[in-house]
Amino acid sequence: MVSLHSYLILSAILFSIGTIGVLTRRNAIVIFMCIEMMLNAVNLTFIALSKYLGNLDGQIFVFFVMTVAAAEAAVGLALMIAFFKNRESIDVEDLNLMKW
Amino acid sequence: MLGAYLPIIVLLVVAACFGLGSVVVSSLVGQKKLSPVKLQPYECGCEPVGSAQERFSIKFYLIAMLFILFDIECVFLYPWAVLFKRLGVFGLIEMGVFVVILFVGYIYVWKKGALEWE
Amino acid sequence: METIAIPAINMSVIAPEMILSVVAMALLLINVFVKNEQKGYLGYLSIAGILVTLYSLTIGWGAPQDGFSGSVVQDNFAIFFKGIFLVSAAMSILITDQYLQREGCNQGEVYPLMLFATVGMMLMASGTDLMTIFLGLEVLSVSLYVLAGFNRGSIRSNEAGLKYFLLGAFSTGFLLYGMALTYGATGTTKVVKIAAAAQSGMVSSNLMLVAGMLLMATGFAFKVAAAPFHMWTPDVYEGAPTPITAFMSVGPKAAGFAAFLRVLLVALPVFKAEWSSLLWVLAVLTMTVGNITALYQQNIKRMLAYSSIAHAGYILVGFTAGNAVGTSGILFYMLSYAFMNIGAFAVIILVGKKGEENNNLADYAGFGYKHPALGVAMCVFLFSLAGIPPAAGFVGKFYLFSGAIQAGYIWLAIIGVLNSAASVYYYLRVMIYMYFKEPTEDFNWVRLSPAFIICLIIAIAGVMIPGVVPGTILELAQKAILM
Repeated sequence: MVSLHSYLILSAILFSIGTIGVLTRRNAIVIFMCIEMMLNAVNLTFIALSKYLGNLDGQIFVFFVMTVAAAEAAVGLALMIAFFKNRESIDVEDLNLMKW
Repeated sequence: MLGAYLPIIVLLVVAACFGLGSVVVSSLVGQKKLSPVKLQPYECGCEPVGSAQERFSIKFYLIAMLFILFDIECVFLYPWAVLFKRLGVFGLIEMGVFVVILFVGYIYVWKKGALEWE
Repeated sequence: METIAIPAINMSVIAPEMILSVVAMALLLINVFVKNEQKGYLGYLSIAGILVTLYSLTIGWGAPQDGFSGSVVQDNFAIFFKGIFLVSAAMSILITDQYLQREGCNQGEVYPLMLFATVGMMLMASGTDLMTIFLGLEVLSVSLYVLAGFNRGSIRSNEAGLKYFLLGAFSTGFLLYGMALTYGATGTTKVVKIAAAAQSGMVSSNLMLVAGMLLMATGFAFKVAAAPFHMWTPDVYEGAPTPITAFMSVGPKAAGFAAFLRVLLVALPVFKAEWSSLLWVLAVLTMTVGNITALYQQNIKRMLAYSSIAHAGYILVGFTAGNAVGTSGILFYMLSYAFMNIGAFAVIILVGKKGEENNNLADYAGFGYKHPALGVAMCVFLFSLAGIPPAAGFVGKFYLFSGAIQAGYIWLAIIGVLNSAASVYYYLRVMIYMYFKEPTEDFNWVRLSPAFIICLIIAIAGVMIPGVVPGTILELAQKAILM
């Protein structure tokens, strides 16, 4: 039997890997994949807690997170394509027209 | 206890038999006119050998985006389908509203010409 | 097989949201069936939809009700905020058409997207379940990502959209993780039940709840652009199409505060000591960073972006106080901020030309003499932003800071007043350019369409009337607080 703690620790590790990925990667698509990883780490937390607490709210939450992540993916890809058309790149180093 | 898994095992066996069967039967019965193009591994219409950095047409992304959007809505259809009878008329109406909203998006995408491939 | 008992739904709670969503969907469909030249009407249709929604809201005033087994609530707090969202959406829509025509990107989708974003904000203000708040936030954010990158031909707009998307999605991750941990600690996602669990000590792990609260606070701080999570704001505000910047700087910020207030004041009053000291730091950082950076800006859109960060800081002052005066001050201030900020952006749009936005301060040289009426209007908005009486911005700040003093945060109020004084410098600088520099242009391209005149009149009325006679609005705000 895998305990709740193991799940929570696993999802915390996944979330941290995602966060570090977002902060260190340069390619917008890879950054977005890291964000998706963070969201899925949260999903894992929700499912584990839902099972542990014996109530379904967490699982319902996961449904919504999944749909929202899909909508974000679609919008994100569209924005990247629009950017790519004008700049021929999706490197975040090229997001540099505006700086203070 | 394990009896509950019997249908799944049956399904696995049938699926395996069907898959294997169709491959074996077509290789025994089917005609063979080999050409270089046909002998290449199947890659959904792309050139199988070439630079890995090759760019895909932007249309693939568009279709992928639309696929994700409409596909993920099944997440809500499955639980509803499982409890269809117990949710009664109310559930039916709610799901009707949901599908109508999806349909608005579908009409929009269609009229915008995003489903055409040219 | 017995049927499942459906809990009480009470559709009337979300009637305004439903009306606005149906209007938005109808506009989306009309948009693909009419020709390009007729798309100006879409704006007027969406304003009609907003007015109907506003009317349906006023019916619910004073009669709080909840629905969907306590997931949404229609109380005065929610209604007041929804009023702010709807007014700011209507004003932004008024100034959108002319800008998009000028820039040659008048796609009709902008109106449904703005309405969907407004629906998202309304759900955030009504949400009493973390799920509802999250869904509202995402409906809002996803629409805004598209709107920020709406001018597809402009690299700046692309860049703004992509930046906003990446950072917004990133912050959503933190918010969600916070929600997951809160759920884990209390076993529920409903704010009222979270409060009950936290109060009675029926919490599986206090550490988990505190971690959840901190992560949620991080997520909300990102959304309301509080320092040190504000770095996206200037770039996104500068790159986005100007009417969208106007829209983005008011409603979403207010919605973020509405949800933030509800989560902290209703769900986690147990930790009031902890979160108010956290907010104290956030407020001071946000005000100071916003104002000091704004001093150096040459681009007026960027300057207003930093000014909006500073204003988030003032609102955090009222939030830190967490008392009746501070909270009603937040409501009052958010409403007047909507008028003054959108008004200022309307003038900025008029100064721009196709392709060149004329956003640098030097482009404003002599503008006040060439267009006296617009010059005066701009001065009114800038005075109000600076918090100079008799404009509404002064009254709002007065209540925010007196809330802090009543709650015993004397130093916070002093830092706020000092910041406010520093901010006068950069607002006045615009006026100096407008009136004391020799004009280099004749500004003959400035065209005041009826929509702009209406928007500016509403904005001036909204700044001056509550500024001179704050009684009515303040009374409404006091009836709308969460306690």
